[in-house]
Amino acid sequence: MKKDIILAGVGGQGILSIAAVIGMAAIDSDLYVKQAEVHGMSQRGGAVQSHLRISDRPIYSDLIPAGSCDMILSVEPMESLRYIPFLDKEGWLITNSKPFRNIDNYPDEQELFDEIRGMSNSLLIDADRIASEVGSRKVSNIVMLGASAGSLGLTMDSLESSINGIFGRKGEEIIRMNIDALHAGKREAEAQLIS
Amino acid sequence: MDKLVLLGDEAIAQGALDGGISGVYAYPGTPSTEITEYIQRSVIAGERSLHTDWSANEKTAMEAALGMSYAGKRALVCMKHVGLNVAADAFINSAITGINGGLVILVADDPSMHSSQNEQDSRFYGKFSMIPVFEPANQQECYDYTYAAFGLSEKYGLPVLMRVTTRLAHSRSGVRRMDPQPENSLHTPDDHTQFILLPAFARKRYRGLLDLQPSLEADAGQMGYNVFQDGKDRSKGIIACGIAYNYYMEVATKHGLDYPVLKISHYPVPSNMLQEIADATEELLVLEEGYPMLEELLKGALKNSYQVRGRLSGAISRDGELDPGIVGRALGLADSSGNGIPEVVANRPPALCKGCSHIDMYNALNEALEPYGPGRVFSDIGCYTLGALPPYNAINSCVDMGASVTMAKGASDAGLRPSVAVIGDSTFTHSGMTGLLDVVVEKTPVTVIISDNSTTGMTGGQKSHATDRLYQICKGLGVEEEHIVELNPLKKHHDENRDRIAAELAHEGVSVILSRRECIQTASKKKKKSATK
Repeated sequence: MKKDIILAGVGGQGILSIAAVIGMAAIDSDLYVKQAEVHGMSQRGGAVQSHLRISDRPIYSDLIPAGSCDMILSVEPMESLRYIPFLDKEGWLITNSKPFRNIDNYPDEQELFDEIRGMSNSLLIDADRIASEVGSRKVSNIVMLGASAGSLGLTMDSLESSINGIFGRKGEEIIRMNIDALHAGKREAEAQLIS
Repeated sequence: MDKLVLLGDEAIAQGALDGGISGVYAYPGTPSTEITEYIQRSVIAGERSLHTDWSANEKTAMEAALGMSYAGKRALVCMKHVGLNVAADAFINSAITGINGGLVILVADDPSMHSSQNEQDSRFYGKFSMIPVFEPANQQECYDYTYAAFGLSEKYGLPVLMRVTTRLAHSRSGVRRMDPQPENSLHTPDDHTQFILLPAFARKRYRGLLDLQPSLEADAGQMGYNVFQDGKDRSKGIIACGIAYNYYMEVATKHGLDYPVLKISHYPVPSNMLQEIADATEELLVLEEGYPMLEELLKGALKNSYQVRGRLSGAISRDGELDPGIVGRALGLADSSGNGIPEVVANRPPALCKGCSHIDMYNALNEALEPYGPGRVFSDIGCYTLGALPPYNAINSCVDMGASVTMAKGASDAGLRPSVAVIGDSTFTHSGMTGLLDVVVEKTPVTVIISDNSTTGMTGGQKSHATDRLYQICKGLGVEEEHIVELNPLKKHHDENRDRIAAELAHEGVSVILSRRECIQTASKKKKKSATK
C-alpha cells in the first residue's frame, strides 16, 4: 500500500490540519508516514503545499517524485492545478470549488472549472456550502478530507479517532462539527461518483 | 518508548531534551524556529526549569550557550544559516576555547532560498572552525544524532555543529525516543584559563585543536554515521550527503539501481572511505544539498583521470535544493513529470496580510516621499520586506539584519537626502541599535522608521525584545526627543501620518519614527484565545 498525496491551498487555509488528521490516522494504522510542510515566508497569503506520503514500507524521500502523486487534495480550485506536474496519469484531483481571491489577476472561474473537469479523474466539491450546512465554513477543509476519504486507504474509524485526538482540546462541539464535516464530504464525493 | 510524529526540527528538540540540555538559546529564523518553540512547549523544560527564552540575536545566543557550557552544563544553540554569520565570531572562537559542558550548534540551511537571502552551506563553517559536523538524513537521525552530539562534544572538548536543510527541518515522520539523560551538575572548567584567548593561551589551544584533527577524521570513519553500502553495478559509485541519500534511495528502489553508495552524515569526511568507493567504481556521482563541497575536494585542482560528477560538473544544477527528479536525471533516467501546469494558473506570491500595520506605514511613507522621487528607502529582514512587491514598491534594499540603518547612513554620507531606513521592531533590537548609535554620534541626516508590530512576525509571532522599550532605547542612544515621533498606522490617520513623516524627511538630522500597531496575526490569535477562556 502506498499513497502519495499533495495537499494544496493558500497560507492560512488549514491544509496542515488535514495533513495532521491523515498523518495520525496512518500512524495509528501502523503505516509509515512522511509529510513535508511549508513554513515561513510563503505562509503569508501565498501558495502553499504539503507532500504527504503513506506506505506500508519505509519511505525514503520527503518529497513526492514528479509524475507519481496519487492524489492532489486542494482547498482552492486554482491551487489544485498548480501541482499537476506531480500527478500520476491515473491520479485523482479533488478540490474545493470556492476560489480564494487575493491577487488581481485571478483567472476566470469557469475556465478553471473547465480545466478541472477536463482531467481524467477529478472531483469538484462545493466544500464551503457543505461546511456551512454542517455548522461553520471553518470546517470546509475537513469536508475536503471527507471527499478524499474513499481513496486514502484508511478507515473512517481511524480518521474519526484522529479528529478526536487532534481537536480534543477544543471541546465536544468542535469535534462533532468536524466529524459531521468528514461524513458530509464523503457522501458528496460518493454521490458525484455514482451520477 | 512511544513513537512520536515529529518535524525534523522537533526531533532535534526532543533529542536535545533527552540528551540532557540545561538550556536552549536562539533567535527565530526559518527553517530553525520550531526547535526552540518545541522546547518551550515541552513538559520536561517546565519540570527541569530549563532556559528557553529567545535571545536578542544569534551572537548573544551563541555566547550565552558557551557560558552555560563553561559552567559545565549542556546547551543547544539554534539558528538559520545566515544567523551563523551573525554568531560567527563567537562560533569560530568557541572551537579554540573548546567547551566544558556539551555544546551543540544547530544550523538550518535554506537551499532554494524559500525564506532567505542566500543558500550558503554551513558545512563550510564546520570545516572553517575544524569541529565535527553531523548531517542527518531523516527525522530519526535528527533525534539520534542530537542525542549523541552532546556526548561527542564532551569527548573531544569541542562544540559540535549539526546541519539540516529546510526540507528535513519542516518534514514530519515517526521518531522513537531513548531514555532521557539527567542534566550535568554545575562545575566550572578544571583549567580556569581555558576560555581566556589571550594570544599566548590561544596559540596553545589552537595547537590542541590542530592535533585533534586526525582523530576527528578517524572517528568519523569508525563511529557508524558514515556508511558504505556495496552494490553489484560498479559502473558508478554514489556519494550522498544528508538528505540527498533519501532522494537517491527513493530513485534506486523504484528503478532497481544497485550502485555502491557511501552515505555521509559525519564530517570531517574520512578519506579512506572516499578512496574505498573510488577504487571500487568507475566514476562517482556526488549528491549534496548545498554547495559542491565534497565534489570539489574529490576533483581537486590537478587533472586526474577519475571522473567525478555533481553540481560542479553540470550533472546537477549548481543552485537550488535537490529532489528525486533532479537525482533521477543525474543518474540518466527520463524526466517523470506529468502534464505541465495549465496556463490558466496565475502566480500567488506571499503578501502582507489584510489589515497589516506595515501597509498603512508604507502608504503614508510613499506619499511623503513623492516630492523627492524613488530610490532612497533601505529596508531590512521581516514581513515588511514584502513592501518590495507591488502595489507598494516601497523599498530599495534588503541585505542582512540591521543593514537598513547603516546603509541609509552610508548613502546619506554620500549625499543622498532624504535617506530612509525601514526596520521592524525585533530586527532593530537584533542588530539595528548599534547602527543607530553610529548615526547619532555623527548626527547623520537619516530618517529611521521602526515599524513596530510588537512581535517577530515573519517567523510566526515570537516575543520581541523591543516591545515597550523602543522609545527608551532610542532616547538612551541619544536621539533628540523632539525627533522621536510616534505614529498610529491606521487608514483614518493616513493624512496626519504622511505629514508627520514628511516633516522628519525634511529635518537635516537624526529622526526616528515609531510606527506602532500590533501584528494582525498575533492580535487575532490573542482574541481567539481570550474567547475560548
